[in-house]
Order: sequence, then C-alpha cells, then structure tokens
Amino acid sequence: MDIIKKGDWVQIHQIVLKPEERAAHLPEDTKKVPLELWVKGFALDDGKIGDEIEIKTVTGRKVKGKAIKLNPRYIHDFGDYVPELTKIDMQLKKILFGGDCGE
Amino acid sequence: MVNRDMSYDAVMSRKNEIMKRAIGIDYDIFESGGLGFDYERMMREAGYTLEEIQSIQSSTGVGNTPLLEMKNLTALARKFAPKGKGARIFIKDEAANPSGSFKARRAATAVYHAKKLGYKGVIAATSGNYGAAVASQAAMAGLKCIVVQECYDSNMVGQPEILEKQRVCEAYGAEVVQLSVGPELFYSFLCLLEETGYFNASLYTPFGIAGVETLGYELIMQFRERLGRDPDKVLITHAGGGNVTGTARGVKKAGAEETEIVGASVDLTGLHMASDRDFNRKSFTTGHTGFGIPFATWPDRADVPRNAARPLRYLDRYLTVKQGEVFYITEALSVLEGIERGPAGNTSLTAAFALAQEMDEDQIIVVQETEYTGAGKHPMPQISFAKQNGIEILFGDPDTEIPGQNIVFPDHPSKIKVRDFDLNKAKVSYIKNAINNYGKKEIGEYDFEFLIKDTNSDEKFVRTVLSELGVKVLS
Repeated sequence: MDIIKKGDWVQIHQIVLKPEERAAHLPEDTKKVPLELWVKGFALDDGKIGDEIEIKTVTGRKVKGKAIKLNPRYIHDFGDYVPELTKIDMQLKKILFGGDCGE
Repeated sequence: MVNRDMSYDAVMSRKNEIMKRAIGIDYDIFESGGLGFDYERMMREAGYTLEEIQSIQSSTGVGNTPLLEMKNLTALARKFAPKGKGARIFIKDEAANPSGSFKARRAATAVYHAKKLGYKGVIAATSGNYGAAVASQAAMAGLKCIVVQECYDSNMVGQPEILEKQRVCEAYGAEVVQLSVGPELFYSFLCLLEETGYFNASLYTPFGIAGVETLGYELIMQFRERLGRDPDKVLITHAGGGNVTGTARGVKKAGAEETEIVGASVDLTGLHMASDRDFNRKSFTTGHTGFGIPFATWPDRADVPRNAARPLRYLDRYLTVKQGEVFYITEALSVLEGIERGPAGNTSLTAAFALAQEMDEDQIIVVQETEYTGAGKHPMPQISFAKQNGIEILFGDPDTEIPGQNIVFPDHPSKIKVRDFDLNKAKVSYIKNAINNYGKKEIGEYDFEFLIKDTNSDEKFVRTVLSELGVKVLS
C-alpha cells in the first residue's frame, strides 16, 4: 500500500515557513505552528509514503516534499444527518402552507 | 532565477517587481504621488468597455443568467410584515454560469486578458468560487492554471467548503496548492508567480471588477424588459468588495440612479481570520465581516498595487446577518422555492428577506447572485462540521449567536432581521487607514478630493475626520 511507483499520483507535504520564520503580528496560536503546504502530482521516482520525493504537477512544475498519500481521495461529503434542518423545513412549510404539511 | 534568495523577506521585498510582471498593468501612470490616484482613468484605460466584456463573456457562456421571482419567500415575508409591506423578492441565478457562480464573470475577463498578453498560465489566490471560475475559464482558453488556497488548520483538517473547491478546481484541470492558515499565503503566491511567469488572475484588477459590471447592467435590463421598471434595492453579498463595486457600476451604467445599493455580510465578529484555531470554527468561508470590513476600510490591502474594488464608493447601506439565519433561509430556498443554492451566496438573500418586510408591497428587491451547491457546500456538511468542532447548535434568538461558539437558528422566521453596520464608521476607519498607511501629516487638494470620492461622502465629513486626526489640508 505504501509503495510508490514512478508515475503514481501522490500528495506531498512541505513546511514552507518554520514558526520562527513566520510573519510578524500573527495570532498566538498561528505563531506556534509552521506554514504548511500540500500539492499533488506524478511521482518522478519510485519510493514509499513518508519519503522525501519529487513530483511533477499537472502544470509541469517539479516540487519536492514528503509523500503523504497515494491516490488521495476526496473526503468531503454531505456530512452527518442534521435533524435541526428537517425541523426548519417542516416549520417553514407549516407557516406558509398551513395544516398538515408536518404530518 | 535559480540563484535568487527565496527567503520570506527577500521575496516580499521583490513584491512590486513580481506583481508588475505578473499583471501587465503599469499602475504608476494612475498614481498622483500621494495617497490618491485616478480611479476612473484606471478603470477606463486598464479595463474593458461594457460591450467588450459582454462579448468576451458570451463567447464562454458566461452571463445572461435567469432572473427568478421568489414568490413563496415573498409570501412568507409578508406574513410577518405590517399591512401593505413586503416587497417582491427576486434573485439572479448566477449559479447558472459555467463554474456555478458570478465569479465566472470576473474570471472570464482575467483569463481573456492573460491569453491576449501571451501568458502561458494563470494563478489565483482564493479558497472560494473564484478558483473554480478561473480554472474553468483557463480550461476553455487552453491555459495552465494554479489555484492557491488556504485550506487546512495545523492538524490538516479542512473546511468542507474549501475541500470542495479543491475538488472542483482539480476537476477543471487546475493544480491546487493548499496551505495552512496564515497571511503568508501571499509569500507562496509570489514564489509561484516568480517561478512560473504566469499571470496573476487577481480578483481586484480593473478588468476583473469590470467583469462584474455586466451583472448589474444585465439585471437592470431584465427588470425593464419584464416589469418596465428598475428594482428599488439591489442586495449584494459583500466580502472583498468586487461584487459590490462591479454590480453597482453596472447598475449605474444602465442609468438606474435611483436603485439603492445594499451590501450584506455574515457577522463573524470575534473570530480572527489568521487564527489557526478559529479557522475551522466558522461556517462561512466568504461573504463575511472578516473580509467585508477590512476590505471596505482599506481596499489597497489586496494582491495588486491599487484595488479596483472600492465598496465605500458605492454602498448606500451595509447590513449584517447571522450564520444561523443564512442557513435557515438556505433551507427556505430549497423547500419553498425548490432550488438548492449556497449557503454562502444566500447571505444577501437572508438580508433581503428581512429588508423586504420594511418595504412597500409594490416595491422590488433583488438579490444579485446565487452559487452552486454540492458536497461540502451545503448546510448539512457545514453544520455537521461545526458540531464536530464543538460549536453548539441551538434554536432561539439569532442575536444571541456568538461566532465560534454557537450557531443559533431562528426559532421562527419572523426573528430574521437585518442589522445596519454604520457606514460612517467604516468611512472614518478608511480615512484613518489611508492617512496612517501613507504617514501623512498634511494632504493637498488632490488627496482631499480623492478621500471624498473614495468614501462617497462630502467635504465637511472628510474635513472633520482629518482635523480629528490632526491632518492639515493644504490649499
């Protein structure tokens, strides 16, 4: 699973600025953490997750960083069911159309 | 280039040089040497005419979006309005644009311009719909595209709405560079511009803003054709100021001088926009006061030397609404009007719903945009994400909402209301910022006139603020 072959689609991670290199006037919490960067591209060599590798992005840029994911999936979705939203829907229909909409 | 110093300070010190090459506009010719500059000349000479933009946009399927009457929302608003009150509510369905939002208008002109000048690619710094718009337009134009977005907190947890923008930009073939929270995104952005030599498809160029003028113009023409009259108020979600500025300029170009320009933002008071912790405690990534107020009170904070978006010139009124209210109205739009849009784009719809109740029944209020809905960009993922971040979800009085702590859905739609943000306060801040940023103790006639125009105020107002700041006006 962790093996990367040349040409695989990989997400890499970089530290752009260490906490001490960051801009002045940041909020305290942000000041304590580095500025990080993530980008995806095709691996230019074999390797494995966790290795420092070089990728070629879809625009043709070569970028080095730590390989963190192979074929990363999109993780966002429609979330958990939120009962409060259905309550709003039923209330709105009842106020406007009256009667039995909620039943 | 290989031997260049890429440290933060070195790159930031090359800012002007990098920008000049990446945008193809010599801003110096519009400068006066002081704090004022020739805004209208910049819009005229560095932008495009309305006719040119209409033709650029129609060649990529942008614009001519439907104008829809919200009959059920109007009926609902009238239930709570005094007798004879409750204006007709309309929306301009900008989600019908190729990339699903009005931002396609801005991107169409930016990408057209980049291609005309011979750039091989475009870069945009945005976590929002504009990224999708630039990626979509770049795909059509055959240009390369990089979108730089502030996406994750320090635990690599991303706002669902921004994760969706990453997906859609990649779907249009763009490279997406994602960053953790912080204003140094601008540093990475400059590095990329320098490395690639691509065009800076900034949101704030004259042609980007002029791209939105067609929206205001089209809207007025649609009302004249359909109802034989102009709308009384145009409601515009306000963040960086381009939506307000472009739309208002278009409305004025159509000659609708009586139409009131009203901005609306989601109230995120108390949340720090550069805070790693606060980042995922907000449920709106744009259209909020965290952008709306700083950009109104100091437009030239943008990624171009002179921002073409100058909202204080155009706003007649600026309203704030609460997160819980916008989610509520987003639900209403779905279940009463049968269209799923937003949620962020429904900020001005929420304000319109409340504002309509103050207006006469025969008046017209129009919300000038909608945006597409999808995974991540929907009340359900936004509210579940808020819950995961410890935000309390309540029903009650929206005025008790505390951004970052809770989201309060109105327990009844009659509780949705607008809150006026004092524009004079914003104008005072703007003048202070201008004076401080330029370190002026005295200003000349040109700068004085500029401050009047840039705040859409008058001589007396600006003179009073300046004298409180101890700044002399030389004549």
